[in-house]
Amino acid sequence: MALTNSVLEGNRLALARVLTQVENDSSEGRAALAELFPHTGKAHLIGVTGASGTGKSSLVNQLALHYRKSDVSRKRIAIVAVDPSSPFTGGAVLGDRVRMRDLSGDHGVFIRSMASRGSLGGIAQTTAALTQVFDAAGFEIIIIETVGAGQSEVDIARLAHTTLVVEAPGLGDEIQAIKAGILEIADVLVINKADRPGVENTERALRSNLELAHPTQRVFRHHGQSMSVTRPEADATLWLPPIHKTVATEGKGIAELAESIAKHAAHLRQSGDWAARDRARLGSELEAVLQEALKARFHENIPNEKYEEIVEKVLSRNLSPREAVKSLLNGSSR
Amino acid sequence: MTEKKIRVLVAKPGLDGHDRGAKVVARALRDAGMEVIYTGLRQTPEMIAEAALQEDVDVVGLSILSGAHMALAPRILELLKSNGQTHVKIFIGGIIPDEDMPRLKDMGITGIYGPGASTDDIIKDVREAVK
Repeated sequence: MALTNSVLEGNRLALARVLTQVENDSSEGRAALAELFPHTGKAHLIGVTGASGTGKSSLVNQLALHYRKSDVSRKRIAIVAVDPSSPFTGGAVLGDRVRMRDLSGDHGVFIRSMASRGSLGGIAQTTAALTQVFDAAGFEIIIIETVGAGQSEVDIARLAHTTLVVEAPGLGDEIQAIKAGILEIADVLVINKADRPGVENTERALRSNLELAHPTQRVFRHHGQSMSVTRPEADATLWLPPIHKTVATEGKGIAELAESIAKHAAHLRQSGDWAARDRARLGSELEAVLQEALKARFHENIPNEKYEEIVEKVLSRNLSPREAVKSLLNGSSR
Repeated sequence: MTEKKIRVLVAKPGLDGHDRGAKVVARALRDAGMEVIYTGLRQTPEMIAEAALQEDVDVVGLSILSGAHMALAPRILELLKSNGQTHVKIFIGGIIPDEDMPRLKDMGITGIYGPGASTDDIIKDVREAVK
């Protein structure tokens, strides 16, 4: 296909058009994905999640700037920024670009805003597919910024290699910090707006919760003396999420953060986790597509009236759902 | 295939800092089911064209209250064209003197909306323009 060839050659308009086709899940989009897929697998996917108002977009802006300024190899960066669609009107205001004006003019950075279009997990249904397009097009760092409800964006952890969870001081107490889900998915924790009061409390709360989840070492004060207790089975291959303090709007703490991200990528490759995550992700994508295809094929082979007949039997309590499926699969009707 | 959404870039070119109108229009378009990418203030024509390209928008809405429309509009049109985005429709809202409107239309501007324009009209015209 001419358009996908253009994408592979670096044409940015073609890339933008293919991103739209893939986002709309059109037949051209599916064909383009199939052609581009062999060229994927090189990118480092970095997820950035956290509650609204923690400064995710500003952080992404600074991180991308840092990469472009300091990386000798001048890797190209794609940023996919997801914002929520209105459940009532289906529309959306996508405002993450507002924080990223420093990146304009650099053709090595491509920013694409996506609306969630009904998805609840923090990213859109086609976000993974869009990252595949960017990967194939040669963007070696892909930053995915999620919607930002702060409590349920676990889908990003399945997609990204390295997940950053962004917090800010004063947004909640220690109870907030121990809620399941969002802290568990963090590979790196960031306390942004670290110039605000309360940052020490936030750090303490996060650190104590990390210790609970990853107890490799506990330090006790006992009768005025410090005792360090290391668990004998402390695992050297375990990754303990570091906590970084940043002030994104001033560029503070960004270089150190980038270093941790790089360390995490190295850790994933060395421990075999990178390959394992790829396997899990592509495996579940395969399963999802298979499920869809099998259902479609099944419905093609059964006349609609026959299907509706079975549905009526279930409605009138003559057939249980399981019996209904059994009879549909056996091709008989009772 | 999922329903195709209309993607609109709402941009504030130049040094004009009055963005209330732009935000009102952005919200109205959102409530009409469209996906609005809002650029923020102090955008150069190059930044606007770049955003329009990356986001593959159907429509670019420019909010201009500074009087600089006769300089900004042709520049943006030119950049969109050279980027290959000839199908993108441009709408301008803000303070545009009546005598400038015909020249803007000739240049290729699809719609011009001054003070008192109704968001319903804008929504209708955008839908019509992208058919």
